[in-house]
Amino acid sequence: MLGRLSWAAIPFNEPLPMISMAVVLIVILAVLGLITAKGWWPYLWDEWLTSVDHKRIGVMYVVLGLVMLLRGYSDAIMMRTQQAIAVGDAQGYLPPDHYDQIFSAHGTIMIFFVAMPLVIGLMNFVVPLQLGVRDVAFPVLNSVSFWLTATGALLINLSLVIGNFARTGWMNYPPLSELDFSPDVGVDYYLWSLQISGIGTLLTGINFVTTILKLRAPGMTYFRMTVFCWTALASSLLIVAAFPVLTATFMMLLLDRYVGMHFFTNDAGGNQMMYVNLFWAWGHPEVYILILPAFGIFSEVVANFSGKGLFSYRSMVWATLAICILSFMVWLHHFFTMGAGANVNAFFGIMSSVIAVPTGVKVFNWLFTMFRGRIVFRTPMLFAIGFIVTFVIGGLTGVLLAVPPVDFVLHNSAFLVAHFHNVIIGGVLFGMLAGINYWFPKAFGFTLDERLGKASFWCWLIGFYLAFTPLYALGLVGMTRRLEHIPDPSWRPLLLVAEAGAIVIFCGILCQVAQLYVSIRAREHCRDLTGDPWTGRTLEWSTCSPPPAYNFAVLPKVEAIDAFWQMKRTARAPMQPAYQAIELPRNSPAGFVTAFFATVMGFSLIWHIWWLAILGFLAAVIVVLMAGWSIDREEEISAAEVAQTERVR
Amino acid sequence: MRNIASFLHPPWPSRLLRWPVAGAAILLASCKPAGVLDPQGPISSAERLLLINSTAIMLVVVVPVIVATLAFAWWYRSSNTHATRSLDESYEGRVEFVVWSIPALTVILLGGVIWIGSHQLDPRAPISGKSDPLRVDVVALDWKWLFIYPDRGIAAVNQLVIPVGTPVEFRLTSATVMNSFFVPQLGSQIYTMGGMTTHLSLLADQPGEYPGFSANFSGDGFSWMRFVVKSVTVGDFNTWLEQAHGTGSGLDAASYAELAKPSRDVSPTTYRSVEPKLFERILDKTVTSPRNATIGGAWCPPLRQGGG
Repeated sequence: MLGRLSWAAIPFNEPLPMISMAVVLIVILAVLGLITAKGWWPYLWDEWLTSVDHKRIGVMYVVLGLVMLLRGYSDAIMMRTQQAIAVGDAQGYLPPDHYDQIFSAHGTIMIFFVAMPLVIGLMNFVVPLQLGVRDVAFPVLNSVSFWLTATGALLINLSLVIGNFARTGWMNYPPLSELDFSPDVGVDYYLWSLQISGIGTLLTGINFVTTILKLRAPGMTYFRMTVFCWTALASSLLIVAAFPVLTATFMMLLLDRYVGMHFFTNDAGGNQMMYVNLFWAWGHPEVYILILPAFGIFSEVVANFSGKGLFSYRSMVWATLAICILSFMVWLHHFFTMGAGANVNAFFGIMSSVIAVPTGVKVFNWLFTMFRGRIVFRTPMLFAIGFIVTFVIGGLTGVLLAVPPVDFVLHNSAFLVAHFHNVIIGGVLFGMLAGINYWFPKAFGFTLDERLGKASFWCWLIGFYLAFTPLYALGLVGMTRRLEHIPDPSWRPLLLVAEAGAIVIFCGILCQVAQLYVSIRAREHCRDLTGDPWTGRTLEWSTCSPPPAYNFAVLPKVEAIDAFWQMKRTARAPMQPAYQAIELPRNSPAGFVTAFFATVMGFSLIWHIWWLAILGFLAAVIVVLMAGWSIDREEEISAAEVAQTERVR
Repeated sequence: MRNIASFLHPPWPSRLLRWPVAGAAILLASCKPAGVLDPQGPISSAERLLLINSTAIMLVVVVPVIVATLAFAWWYRSSNTHATRSLDESYEGRVEFVVWSIPALTVILLGGVIWIGSHQLDPRAPISGKSDPLRVDVVALDWKWLFIYPDRGIAAVNQLVIPVGTPVEFRLTSATVMNSFFVPQLGSQIYTMGGMTTHLSLLADQPGEYPGFSANFSGDGFSWMRFVVKSVTVGDFNTWLEQAHGTGSGLDAASYAELAKPSRDVSPTTYRSVEPKLFERILDKTVTSPRNATIGGAWCPPLRQGGG
């Protein structure tokens, strides 16, 4: 009846997970209680949970990403602490069985449920506004995408208390992830949460490719789009091309685990090398799915806070597209040590360093945008400058690892760990934090506190260098990654510095929480009435903050790059626009309900509760089909209503 | 006007700085050259050289970029009244040309380094040495290393004794999950994978003991999957061989099955004899290990893929 699920799945005898579970439960109950007591349910349901407005969905993605950042961070600090304690004779406070779950969960969560939601969230919020349109191409699908991502996040967190998570590392390499070596539910949690959220991500990719190719304001030609829109397009194209590879690979592993096939097993004709190749055929484009939108954000931020147009817009676009294509030709550099021949290794090594060319061009273009500009050091700009300095170091170590013989001695070492944190924290995360600080006033109508924003920047920057510079050094002296126990006591001082760095990063997170709290409390003071708090250049700043549901009362006519800047410069006499009725998609519970059933399905599959899995699957499919076939999907805002809203503005 | 001495010896920062300076000194002292930075063979020396050269090539570009970023950010700050600004300028053909050519030239140079380096340091390329190469077969087990000396008829667990100055030719496989065989001071690591062989050649220049380990996560006992490489003179090596022949038990199918059971932190041992073709049988999975005894039908053809 309940498959593998029994009371034994809940670790009553382990205090650590039980305490964290209790805390999480109390917090959840308190939040739910507060919502019920205040009578916020109707508001929450109507305005957020069932919303198909790209801005609301974007905000929810970002909130999901930030909440999961806390989870991912707590995994990180547990690992750092274990490595700082378990040196020589000491065994630390985490048994291998637990430690292995933590680093697996840390990687999985940070990539799939922090970085991806932050990137997709900002894309959701910003792209339609920058294109000068009213929504994405498929608004209901967008909601389904978000809720499927949330399902994946929920399943991963469930593994904390019911059963356990994978002990295989976030890449989940077979044969370790096969039934022979990982018979419990951990790998199944990993696979199903990523399968379900992966479908959401793929749908997002399709949605944004369609939106950017088909929906743009009148006059918004391709070469008038913002660089952020270009990077969002490149990122979405990569999603559409790469995520099916991941889904298919995981499906093969699932077939191995559920029906005894032998795609990747040690025996019976299985080949683990195939998984590694396929995983990175997705995995390397994934890196660029994350970093390209961050590049886009920095392009917006650097131009805006230098008071100049972006230097050499066209080469920025071509560099983006070059990276987009090249990212599919480098996957083998993740396993030069597999023993491929010299020609193969050399080819992939050279291709990998070729990516440094368009990336270098981008760096130079940001530099020349700052050159002879009028630079204002607001929080987003600080993140941008911190990013350029940090990212070129990460690029250097990355190209170093692309030299096959160098990789032979640094592969899988702490040096590698330092490298990818260097580019993911210094690149992706700094980008997202810059973006959040930059577009927050647009989303909520008031600016974020600058002092705490800057404090959080300095904590993140210093914390990053403290935490990861030691890892570069440790990698060079021969420390490999994923060690639960440190064999060499002479590594300890550096590990303690890394631990201190992690704590400084935590101060950065605290500053951000305080920043949100202080800003919300003082929102009346820092209200942005103009809609254009940074003297922006692009269309999103031309509408009010927060934008009305329809974004633009009249779709803007675009005549140049930096369309809003152009409008402000030519400053034609404002004339009374002729408002027309606007058709908008109605709210839809389809996403939320689908995700509910997808959660039921995923959970049942993990625990082999077959009947419930079938029911959950059928219900989810029926909900999607019903949403697809419904006819009455739009509501109309009359011209008078639009005029009324615009007058209040 | 303030006293110059107070500039040289400011009252408060010195005390504040004492701890960071002392800390940095301890850190520097604690990272004496080791691992990749302390090569003990031709392969690792060449790889360290490549590491340094590639870093130097890139620093030529990276350092100016970092300096320029900070300098531009500082000089063109909005409050600087001396800065020349041209806020309308967003394109300049000559700059664009330079912007593409600098990274392109760097990468062309680096591409040459990569091509030559990859071929010269191909892990399976034999190393020329004064003496004939020593053959060693490596099997990754849960969680220890088995070293078989096929030409000498002995085997060792978690210790690899090699004669100094003699090229060692490894054939590697795994009887369990994927691992990576790595001795940082000797150079290149290589994956070990079930049903497949990979090849690696290494050489130690100096006598000494060098730590080795698995560099690919392989489960709960991974952190303890360490071994020692003892590089000894030819004379000592022959003595060791004689000792190994004279002590301990032999490694046959039964004792191998016992050895293959998961265990961690295994102390180094030797086997006086090894069943012939044990490595090949491990590859073909004709030797059963307890964890996969039940999987894999007799119907499937034996696998001998050239993994590398």
